[in-house]
Parts: sequence; structure tokens; C-alpha cells
Amino acid sequence: MLARTADNLFWLARSMERADFIARTIEATLRLEYLPRSGVDDPAAEWESALNAAGAYDEFIAGHGAVDEGRAIDFLTFDRANPSSICNCLENARANGRAVRTALTVETWTAINDAWLELKRFEATRRAANDLNLEALTRFLDYVKKASLDFDGACYRTMLRNDAYWFNRLGIFTERADNTARLLDVKYHLLLPSTEAVGGPLDYFQWVAILRAVSAATAYHWVYRDRVKPWLIADLLILKTSMPRSLISCYDSIDSALDSLAREDGRSGAAQRQARAMHSKLERSSMTEIFQSGLHEFITAFIEDNAKLAQTISEQYLFV
Amino acid sequence: MTASLPFDEMGLGADATRPIYRHIARWLAETPPEILASRRAQAEFMFRRIGITFGVYGDKDAAERLIPFDIVPRVISRAEWTRLEAGLIQRVTALNLFLKDVYGARAILKENIIPLELILRNPHYRPEMIGRRVPHDIWVQIAGIDIVRVGDDSFYVLEDNARTPSGVSYMLENREVTMRLMPDLFAEHQVAPVDDYPDLLLACLRSVTPRTDYSEATIVILTPGPFNSAYYEHSFLADKLGVELVEGRDLFVADDVVFMRTTLGPKRVDVIYRRVDDDFLDPLVFNPDSILGVPGLMGAYLAGNVTVANAVGAGIADDKAIYTYVPDLIKFYLQQEPLLQNVPTYRCRESEALAFVLERLDQLVVKEVNGSGGYGMLVGPHATAAQREMFAAKLKAAPDNYIAQPTLALSTCPASFDSGVSPRHVDLRPFVLSGANGVKIVPGGLTRVALTKGSLVVNSSQGGGTKDTWVVDDDGAA
Repeated sequence: MLARTADNLFWLARSMERADFIARTIEATLRLEYLPRSGVDDPAAEWESALNAAGAYDEFIAGHGAVDEGRAIDFLTFDRANPSSICNCLENARANGRAVRTALTVETWTAINDAWLELKRFEATRRAANDLNLEALTRFLDYVKKASLDFDGACYRTMLRNDAYWFNRLGIFTERADNTARLLDVKYHLLLPSTEAVGGPLDYFQWVAILRAVSAATAYHWVYRDRVKPWLIADLLILKTSMPRSLISCYDSIDSALDSLAREDGRSGAAQRQARAMHSKLERSSMTEIFQSGLHEFITAFIEDNAKLAQTISEQYLFV
Repeated sequence: MTASLPFDEMGLGADATRPIYRHIARWLAETPPEILASRRAQAEFMFRRIGITFGVYGDKDAAERLIPFDIVPRVISRAEWTRLEAGLIQRVTALNLFLKDVYGARAILKENIIPLELILRNPHYRPEMIGRRVPHDIWVQIAGIDIVRVGDDSFYVLEDNARTPSGVSYMLENREVTMRLMPDLFAEHQVAPVDDYPDLLLACLRSVTPRTDYSEATIVILTPGPFNSAYYEHSFLADKLGVELVEGRDLFVADDVVFMRTTLGPKRVDVIYRRVDDDFLDPLVFNPDSILGVPGLMGAYLAGNVTVANAVGAGIADDKAIYTYVPDLIKFYLQQEPLLQNVPTYRCRESEALAFVLERLDQLVVKEVNGSGGYGMLVGPHATAAQREMFAAKLKAAPDNYIAQPTLALSTCPASFDSGVSPRHVDLRPFVLSGANGVKIVPGGLTRVALTKGSLVVNSSQGGGTKDTWVVDDDGAA
């Protein structure tokens, strides 16, 4: 496969996955923001952390200064100036998809192209309206989540299990691991075991919001059959193999996608070694250990290692 | 050629319906307008969904526009097609012999059949190719020959496209859409299939590999990239052929061998079906500012390590000044009478012809000899006095750059609109494949239709549309 094609497939998948994550983050933040709250709380704080989780905080501050709801939502959804806005993600996805039409099935391309055509309509509606309309926003976010599902489903159901598919999977799970880790990074202070003791009712809703952002609110109860407890949330998002957005589950998929590539190519390299090391480190970890050595440090290190792996993949498969 | 009503391929009026169109005429008459409207909407939806778009240069807002598709098929009888096919094979064979000769023995120049300066001063002439042979002496593997019809029995060649003719993806997709939208109408006809085109193209490209083992040939399609107006077609063909679609940056040359960059390291490339012009192939030899090309590609090509299709320098066969001599080429190389006629053409480089053309600018179509895509032409009868004056000045300043042709009464075919069914002018572009195993043409080709009433310009860049083209085994004697 052309190295450029692999690169495009990787970023196509990352863009679609990121759009989905940003949509979920906005939804979860909206729910938090509309909770009745005491006067001391700063509503902008929620949007700051949403911007942080989306990796768009610095860009936002540079362009807008103070954070407020309307501007934060616009920045995360339709703003072309934000490289990670949903609309730029979908635009990038299509540009990458168009560049590798031959590596995509008709169904996969159609999913991407349909999403893009729909995006054009949403953008036009947003431009025509002056103020943010929450109902329109909800419809938009639902559409983004569906677009990502359609894409993922089309890939899963129709693509040949060859290098194109494995690069697609690598993109999805590298991005997903990054997203989950960023969310944990922004909210880690709420998940420390000490929080539960001091945690007020607001913390409870914060915890649920984290679960919602990774569509795990229902899953949590099925897994733990318990009320929402912060360290269990951390456990779910880091070490639960059955949870599709947990770090370990992402690395399970990354590891096996890289193995499949290695089998197909008949050679294995630094990317395979690095992924295996990260995967087994997660397998050996326990939450007690992670909390003891510091949740924040653990997550920061993970985000760095995950980015390093993406770099190694690029080098090994000659994208760069 | 008369200025009377153009020939309508269906026949205007119920009594005049040509037998071959009888099913279509009945379908048009019997189908309620709202059904036709829904077919049109469905067709547009299908095209938009699969992303068949056409980039239009110079129009930023419409960077991705859909080429309009008219749902009414155009029908050609098997007998008509057989004659066209023979003429096309003859013509493309002669063009290949001409290119071999021009870059080789130059017999035709020695015989003074074509003026030497038409070759030497031709912008598509590539001195680098002098004395070069290409595999099987095939210079034009893929030709698109534009044909117009002016009467029941008269077809003319309007132009030869010997560089990178496009449109074949529309020929194939139009058929898919027609078969899905109008299965009943389709079933009433015995339509010759076109879907073997990708296989024929692949076989053709394989056959010109520089290597001895055909099955080993690695073929790629070279595209300028997603911003090119024909990008959809490039990716479509790569997909159908099962070959990589590469951009210049995906290729590199080492020791006069072309490689593509793959995830597994360099892979040798044997045949490049290029959809970029000569000028952009290799910045070391041609346009140094080009970022589309591959440095060193010409070196590898001249060393015989890679085949470029169509060959570098093939563009002279596609020039409108050379066009006027194609009947002479056929006589000279094949000792045959041309089976397909040219449109009568005035070479403005000849002073008598120039005077004649200048006097009749309001009746003629004037074309730049190197123009394409319908740009840089004057359609006399439809032009304003000011436009004609401007063109007269251009003609006088550089007569060599122009040819003129009578405004042909291009045939019309029925087309379906919101306002009803109405005749529109059409042309036909069959795609002619030349390989080591001979010349192959899938029956039919791409019918382009000028959707604006009365317009004669069918180019998609100028608002033209397309139709499915049916070659049917039926003389209407049912």
C-alpha cells in the first residue's frame, strides 16, 4: 500500500473518532451546566475543562480570551479557526477519504460523504441563525455521533481485513485512547479516592458526566452493579477490558492491529514492540497501584506514550 | 451542411420517430411528468451520494459541482456503431503510426504532406523523444475521439484527444444509474455492455510494460491530486483496475528506475497511466516549478525502464492544426480512404483560408489549435459583434493558432427537463484503447449534451451534461 494512503486512512479514522468525542463532551458539559448550582460555582469552568479535554483550550484563549458557553460551543462545533472543531474534523475526514477513495469500500466512502453533505446543511442553518439554538445543537450532536457510528460500522462490515483496515483501526484506537486519557486528565481530581469523602452532590453529577462523555453511563452499572464511585470510574476507563473506550481495551485493539499488519507484511518493528509494552503495562497495573503512584502522573505519561506510538507508526510505515 | 433544422436522432413528431427510438418515444410519451421528475431527482441523488463531482476551474464556490445527467438514453444502432468502430480503429492506428514516424523516420515530412513547422513549432512536440521507440510503437494507448452527427448517415470527427481524454467514468456510471433507474426500459433493448472497459484498459496497459513478463507489470495511475477537475475519474479508474492511484510525491526515481513509496518500502513501477500533462511530468526536464511531477521520470522513461501512457509527446496528434491533416495521414500510412470524415476545416495559417474566415466570422466556429475544454473558442453565430471583433484581431495577430469550422447543425436527442422533453445538441466521445493486442473500443462512449437550449457547447466545464449511450442490436424491425 502507498505510504500516503496509509497516512490518509490513519487520519481519516482519527478525525471521525475525534468528532464523536467532541460531540459527546459538549453534551456532557451542557448537562452539567444546566444543573442548579450554588453561587460560588463558575459556569465557565465546565467549558474550560471541555475545551481542555478537546485539546482546544490554548487555541480558544488565543482567539477569544474569556471562556463563555456560546463561544466555547461555536468554537468546538462550527469554528473553522479551531483545527479540532467538529466541522474541521469532518472536513478533514472527507479530504483524507477523497484522497484514498480507492482504499475505501463504497459503503465507507458513502458514510463519509453523506456525513459531509449533511454537515453543509447544518453549517448553512447555523450561519442563518444568530444565536445558538439548543435544539438545533442537540440535533447536530446526534448527527455527529451517528456519522461516526455509520463510518465505523461501514468499515467494520465492509472492508477487507487487509492493511487498509488495520491502519483504519490504528487511527480509531489511537485517537480513542487519547480522548479517554484527555478526559481523565481534565477530571482526574474528581476521581481521586479522597474525593468521595468530601464530594458533594455536584461531584456526583460530574462523575456521571465523565461516564456520559465516553458513553459509559449505562455500562458502568452493568459492570459494577453499584452506585457511581470515582475510583470505579477510573477503573472502568483505564483497566476494564470489556469497556470499549478504556485505555486497555484501546491498546488491546492497537496491539492486535499492529500484529495483523506484521503478519501480513512478514515483519515486525518498533511500533509492534512499543504497543506490546504499553499493553502489557496496562495488563499488569491495578488501580491501587495507579492511585498510589499518582493518577495524574499515570495519565500524563500515558498521553505522551500514546503520542510517541503514533509517531513510531508513522516512521515505521513511512508516512513521514 | 445546411442551416436547416438539425437532425433529431429520435425524430421530431410522433410520425417521424426513427424505429430504433420507438421504445424510448413511447416511454417518454407514456410516463407521467412526475415520474420523470422523480427519476431525475433520484439520478442526481445517486450521483451526489457516490461523489461523482467535477471541479470547475475558476469557480471557487462550485469547486465540486455535479455534471448534470440527462436520464433519456441516446441510442445508436449496431450497424451505425460497426461503421464508426471501423473508422475509429483506422484513425487511431494512423495517429500511432504518425507519432512513430514524426519522432522516427519522418517520412511524412520528407513527402511534404505536413508542413515541417507545424511539427517543430507545435507546443506539444517533444524533441526529447526524437529517435525514441516506445513498446510496440504505441504512443496513444487511450484516445478519446469526439464525433458529431449531422444527419441520418453522416458522422464527422470533431477532434482527436490523444493526451489525457477524460469522461470514461461517466460512461460507466451513467450505465449503472440508467440500469437501476429504468430497468424496464433497459430490458426492452438489447444494449451492448460497457462494463468490460476497466478490464480492457488494464490488459492494454499491461501489454505495454517494458518488462518481458506481462503478469509482473506494476501499473499505477498518476493524478495531479484531489484538486484536479477529473480526480473523481482518476480514483474511479484506479479502483476498477485495482491499481494504486499515485501523486508525484508518491514516486521517486533511483538509477533510472521508478519506485513508489509503500508502507513496505520502495516498489518498482512499470507502467504509468498518467493523467497529468507532459509539462508536469518531470520538473528536471519540463516545467521546473511543477510540484506534480517526479524528478528523474524522463530519465527512467528514456532509459526504457518505465512506460508512460499516453507517451510523452503524443500531444501533437491531438493538435487541432494536425487534425486537419488526419485524412491525409490515413491515406499515407494505411493506403486507405478515411472511413470517418473530418469536419471541413479552414486552416487560418493559409492566407486564403484566413481571408475567407475573417469574412464569415458570424457563421463559423473558430478554435485555438491548442485549446481544449471549450475554452478559447468563438461560436460565430452566437457571439456578439464585440466578441467577433476581438477574435478577428487575435486571428490577424496569430493566424497559425487558429482553425475555423462551419457551425455544424449537431444532431439533437430528447432530454428531460422540468418543463418537459425537449431536443438538445449532443456529441459522442468513444474511448479507443490501443495495446500490443490491437485496438479495442467498448460500444458507444460518452454522450455529452448541451443542456442549454440551442447551445452547441457540450463541454462539462461550460455547462454541458451527459447521457447514457446505448448501442443496440436492433434495426427497429420489430
